Amino acid sequence: MSKDKTMTAEEVVGRLRSGMTLGIGGWGSRRKPMALVRALLRSDLTDLTVVSYGGPDVGLLAAAGKIRKLVTAFATLDSVPLEPHFVAARQRGAFELVELDEAMMMWGLTAAVHRLPFMPIRAGIASDVMTVNPSLRTITSPYADREELVAVPALRLDAALVHLNRADAHGNGQYLGPDPYFDDLFCEAADTAYVSCERIVETSDLLKDAGPQTLLLKRAFVDGVVETPNGAHFTSCAPDHDRDEAFQRHYVAAARDPEAWREFTARFLSGDEDAYQAAVAAFHEEEA
Amino acid sequence: MSGTDTPTTAPAVTRAEYCVLACAEAWRDAGEVLASPMGTVPMIGARLARLTFAPDLLLTDGEALLMGDVPAVGAPPGVVEGWLPYRQHLALVATGRRHVMMGASQLDRHGNQNISCIGDWRRPTRQLLGVRGAPVNTLNNPTSYWVPRHSPRVFVERVDMVCGVGHDRAAAAGPSATRYHRLPGVITDLGVFDFETPDRVMRLRSLHPGVTVEQVREATGFPLAVPEEVPYTRDPTAEELRLIREEIDPRGLRDREVRA
Repeated sequence: MSKDKTMTAEEVVGRLRSGMTLGIGGWGSRRKPMALVRALLRSDLTDLTVVSYGGPDVGLLAAAGKIRKLVTAFATLDSVPLEPHFVAARQRGAFELVELDEAMMMWGLTAAVHRLPFMPIRAGIASDVMTVNPSLRTITSPYADREELVAVPALRLDAALVHLNRADAHGNGQYLGPDPYFDDLFCEAADTAYVSCERIVETSDLLKDAGPQTLLLKRAFVDGVVETPNGAHFTSCAPDHDRDEAFQRHYVAAARDPEAWREFTARFLSGDEDAYQAAVAAFHEEEA
Repeated sequence: MSGTDTPTTAPAVTRAEYCVLACAEAWRDAGEVLASPMGTVPMIGARLARLTFAPDLLLTDGEALLMGDVPAVGAPPGVVEGWLPYRQHLALVATGRRHVMMGASQLDRHGNQNISCIGDWRRPTRQLLGVRGAPVNTLNNPTSYWVPRHSPRVFVERVDMVCGVGHDRAAAAGPSATRYHRLPGVITDLGVFDFETPDRVMRLRSLHPGVTVEQVREATGFPLAVPEEVPYTRDPTAEELRLIREEIDPRGLRDREVRA
């Protein structure tokens, strides 16, 4: 059997370098690898290019000044439409933005997976996506239609970070919720990929209660596996846990005020993952 | 406020309910396609359409499931008839078998829409959502817009960032942009609008009862095309009202999006 790829979140971060292009899985405030993002926040890594269907992963990294360039179609918390740190960072010009359409992102990742330089798509033309990304090129169909389409460049990644419900020690990753998002594309588009999960299980247990189509990640595309229970917190990780709406509201309120954000950081983000989870538990006891 | 047709049903039809009905009408002849409503009133409207005159519509639960029944807003479906994760949803857009109703932070007379940011894109004064799927939506499937507060800040001479493509921009870009480009209409708290003029600019199609042409002109930041005769948005039937009030939105969420 293949090798044991289990490691800690700190070991994942130890394999990353400043200046890298990182893809982050999930979507908005859904199944984000937040424990890995929190480990990134504790590191000295900086100058990152982040590719993400943005949520609080983008917000937290932007607030910490880790992002040099962001590639995204949006940043949102779903139940709260605007990501407050993303908004603030954009308004102070904190990073370079590559603003692409949602489908362009998908085809850019797909091109990277297929080792193609680009994918043609009917999106972007006539919109200001072309204006704000002057390096985007169009391509004319070589067939009789002669249609002009956008050539979305491959979004190749140095590393991918994703969070799933289950994985085995070898990197076979399983999602049990309603949507795979694009986590397999992120991993296959990356030179190295790290999956955190709610629980590491024996390979023989993966299909005990689920069908084979839940096996989203193949171990050939995964370099490290981290067990981080509640590791997507405060984003959703159905069916293991829903989004923590109360905590997300607390995050939003704190992010809108510098003093409150300092308090939030001191309370929740100054220790390790265990300290974070303990602080979240204490938060809920106070709220109850 | 003159010339309002007084609805015969009691209690009186609210503005929010006229908006729901107008949104529903957008999907009347859509066929067996996915209705993607963004916003509470469009969501209620899409469900009303499916329960009445557009039974073939496909509807999602807002995540990855296609609903086999039509639950109240906020309730989970009792029956699931299909699976539509984001990757399939984005691919479905390219098939054209979808009619989306998006929001708009800014919209110009040609139907160019902005949800990305206000001000200079390089360093916006107000960052909003980002372009999301507006560029792919507008070039591939019918795209309507819902604006719950019709104002000159939304209906502007020029949008700051073209996310959803309007008629002038599509025409200038050529056949690959116009091939499947279709903007059936705009629905606001004041009325219903379309682009059915020779130069494809926004035109008043109907006024919600209680609204005047002058009121709409004042709330629009560009010269609006207004035909000589402007009808009122039709009244809902008694059954449509019952569905809205008792089945689809018993909690009255529509009134939070559109003031009475």
